[in-house]
Amino acid sequence: MSDRVPMILTVNGEEIAATPRPRDTLADFLRQDLQLTGTHTGCEMGVCGACLVLAEDVPVHACLMFAVQAEGTRIETVEGLSERGAIADLQAAFHERNALQCGFCTPGMLVTAHGLLAKGGMPSREEIRDALSGNYCRCTGYEAIVDAVEAVARQRAAIKEEAARETAA
Amino acid sequence: MTAPDTGLDPSNSPPGGDRPNAYIGRSVSRPNAKRLLAGRGRYVTDLVLPRMLHAAFLRSPYAHARILSIDTQAAKSMPGVRLIATGADLAKLCTPWTGTLAHFKGMKSSPQLPLPLDEVSWAGQAVVAVVAASRAEAEDAVEAITVEFEDLPILVDTDDARAPGAPTAAAEMADNICFHTKLDTGAVDEAFAAAAHVVEEEFRFGRHTAVTLEPRAIIADWDPGEGKLTVHHGTQTPYQFQDLYSRHYGISEANVRVVAPDIGGSFGMKLHVYHEDMAVVGLSLMLGRPVKYVADRIESFVSDIHARDHHIKARVALDAEGVILAMDVDDVTAIGPFSAYPRTSAVEGSQVIRLIGAPYRHEQYRAALTVVFQNKVQMSQYRAVGHPVACAVTERLVDLAAERIGCDPVLMRARNLIPDDAYPLKSPTGYAFEALSHEACLKRLKEMMGYEDLRAEQARLRDQGIYRGIGIASFVEITNPSPAFYGVGGARISAQDGAVVTVTPSGEVRCLISVTEQGQGTETMIGQIVAETLGVERERVRVITGDTEVTPHGGATWACRGAGIGGETALGAARKLKANILGLAAAILQSGPEALDMANDGIVDRAGGEQRMSLAELARIAYFRSDTLPPGTQAQLTVAHHYAPEGYPFAFTNGIQASYVELDGDTGFVKILKHWVVEDCGRIINPLLVDEQLRGGVVQGLGAAFFEECLYDRGGQLTNGSLADYLVPMACEMPDIAIDHIETPTRDTELGAKGCGEAGTAAASAAALNAVNDAMAPLGAKVAQIPMTPARLLQAMGRI
Repeated sequence: MSDRVPMILTVNGEEIAATPRPRDTLADFLRQDLQLTGTHTGCEMGVCGACLVLAEDVPVHACLMFAVQAEGTRIETVEGLSERGAIADLQAAFHERNALQCGFCTPGMLVTAHGLLAKGGMPSREEIRDALSGNYCRCTGYEAIVDAVEAVARQRAAIKEEAARETAA
Repeated sequence: MTAPDTGLDPSNSPPGGDRPNAYIGRSVSRPNAKRLLAGRGRYVTDLVLPRMLHAAFLRSPYAHARILSIDTQAAKSMPGVRLIATGADLAKLCTPWTGTLAHFKGMKSSPQLPLPLDEVSWAGQAVVAVVAASRAEAEDAVEAITVEFEDLPILVDTDDARAPGAPTAAAEMADNICFHTKLDTGAVDEAFAAAAHVVEEEFRFGRHTAVTLEPRAIIADWDPGEGKLTVHHGTQTPYQFQDLYSRHYGISEANVRVVAPDIGGSFGMKLHVYHEDMAVVGLSLMLGRPVKYVADRIESFVSDIHARDHHIKARVALDAEGVILAMDVDDVTAIGPFSAYPRTSAVEGSQVIRLIGAPYRHEQYRAALTVVFQNKVQMSQYRAVGHPVACAVTERLVDLAAERIGCDPVLMRARNLIPDDAYPLKSPTGYAFEALSHEACLKRLKEMMGYEDLRAEQARLRDQGIYRGIGIASFVEITNPSPAFYGVGGARISAQDGAVVTVTPSGEVRCLISVTEQGQGTETMIGQIVAETLGVERERVRVITGDTEVTPHGGATWACRGAGIGGETALGAARKLKANILGLAAAILQSGPEALDMANDGIVDRAGGEQRMSLAELARIAYFRSDTLPPGTQAQLTVAHHYAPEGYPFAFTNGIQASYVELDGDTGFVKILKHWVVEDCGRIINPLLVDEQLRGGVVQGLGAAFFEECLYDRGGQLTNGSLADYLVPMACEMPDIAIDHIETPTRDTELGAKGCGEAGTAAASAAALNAVNDAMAPLGAKVAQIPMTPARLLQAMGRI
């Protein structure tokens, strides 16, 4: 059970050589071995969304994946997304709108929102609520989170439109 | 937001308005939220200490059994195992605790130890502790322990438990009645005899639980060298736990430090004593090393406190015009095998029977409360303690009464709510109301929701076979509790708070305060008050909370007291510091302190507002060039201040909510279309934070109304103890929530702030219950049980 498995993966842009145990989840590996504690565990059964990370740019539950399954993949956590500025507008909107209280669900919310907005387009409030329906938040009642994501979707759409206009001009 | 129209003396108002640094009343964001947004929170679950070990617990598979033997031999030799401890081991270190309070006359409960000696009384109770190098290894070793149990009678059903001659849920108790009390104004029977109408209903409120996203987490770190215990604890009340660890483990208070860092949600659940938490302290004492325990989700469901669990029969007497004359209530609530410590499990029921009918004008009231032991996990205080139950009973009865006399529910309330000019007033249950605003709230709600149009839309859609319902619920909320809450009963739970405010050598401000932060914005709100009082930019104020070795002793955060009591403490401390600053500035500037004021990070002329010196310059002189001060001048740039509420025992608040729902008669599914809240928490310090408290609270109430219930089978097993099986409200099911305010500041404080943390939860489920009943009314169906699951609604409609 405790025989460690050597593997190489990329986490937040850094190549990491690690030796997780076969039974370690990706969430535990990130939190304990790499001290990336922004990834949280709330249910450890893929329901609450607190552990969401990006694997090859796709949001996945880090509690439902074994660390060894991440061999050779690109993993990105809230720390990585923060450091490369990929979610700076979302973080600013969440802050401004007070779309978090205890903050425990927030990294997962940001990963979901990032995944949703990366698809492009302007989601409706209903579509935002639907996209967030795998992220449990006990504090906010969700409305502020929906507001923040909606505001960023608008901002990004406006920036895109501006860029298109400039290109056309 | 609307301008306050309180009719109160403006001298009661704090400074504010358009002055620079006027933060009180402004929506400002939370500085400490940025850290959390970047994934840089420091929750107890994240903490790792040198040489730290991990605890796991063997749990009882039985709801009630005798422990015959415990065999830990095989487990001891498992990899990584450092210690295995039983109840007997920990009983040598820890004195037992009993969850009773003196002001609940006749209350009883069995003494508790970290781990049981010979009896388990609910399924999931921790029996044996294993400490190992990793949590996984500790869990592996738990699997290798054998405990022999002998079945004892299991009491699941409340009525079975209170039946004469029933076996007891806990061996030491003579019967299963924990507490019984009555309220009676004396002429209830006469009022009912004289009534033109009587309506009655029998209500059932399921058990639900807090489901904080971060489970309970604790690291106990005993340093045998210094004889010092440090506990990193995910709790709202670090001072209470400092006191408890000190007294139950016999360590001097000064040698116990409790640190509450970032907390992933609490809602009342993390202020109770849990057996595992007490055990972890003992395990660290035994090992002289840090021991960490984090409940996993299943452990949370079987060991966190549950809430509610009431069976209530209630009736109301009305005159021919629909004026409420009297109410008569019988509440039976079941709390698990013992009463929670140190706040007891009687407070919820006590508040239920005292809050029923609270918004309404009636003189006669009678209630009985019976608190019953059973073999389920402990029940105790969770957000809005008792309020949602009392509100649902009251408001459903008001709607039934309206229906009986053929009166619109809004009109019915307008006829019966306590008039806004009737205060001060004592309620039939003994509560003293300083000033409430039910009428103003009702009026505002009606306008805000477009009540008449909504009724017209509802009627139109009914003709098309679409069943929509409108539900309204007025409420009273208990906030700013004085020692009348716990102190008088002998609990060492503080009603006062303390603050230490300092001007630092750079002219910045630091405030150490006993109220704590769980994300509601405590630190932000305190910072606003301190910054405004001292006339500094709020970015220059650092607020520090949650460490008993750093912050003064106080009640911390529970029952709606952060703004009302903590805020007043900060205001008093900052005013004291301001007086010192102005005195010192007067000496430096050869002026009179009364001619000076503070604004824009400095000292200004009170008359013209002209800047005389910066706070940084004043601090520089005070800390580094005291030689330049006039002889005998001793700068006091740190002050301490404590504040305990005086005057009314509680600052009651009020408000009203409305819910608009659509019921699918074929499936029993309810779509929540919209929710409205008008709330009066007195002086609002930060509208952004208040509104989000209300929204979060509403959604917790809607969760209780539609989804959340801890289900037990006949053997006392919790059958839905996971997040896949226990339904919590998610984004896709929740509505947008419109909010407005009336502001009636309390005159008991300078600040005038009351609480708002319970308000959302207090009435949301009542509004939803009324809305669903309104939707079902054309089908001749009604419901008086929450959660209103599709199956229950289909049953109510006679579809299944």
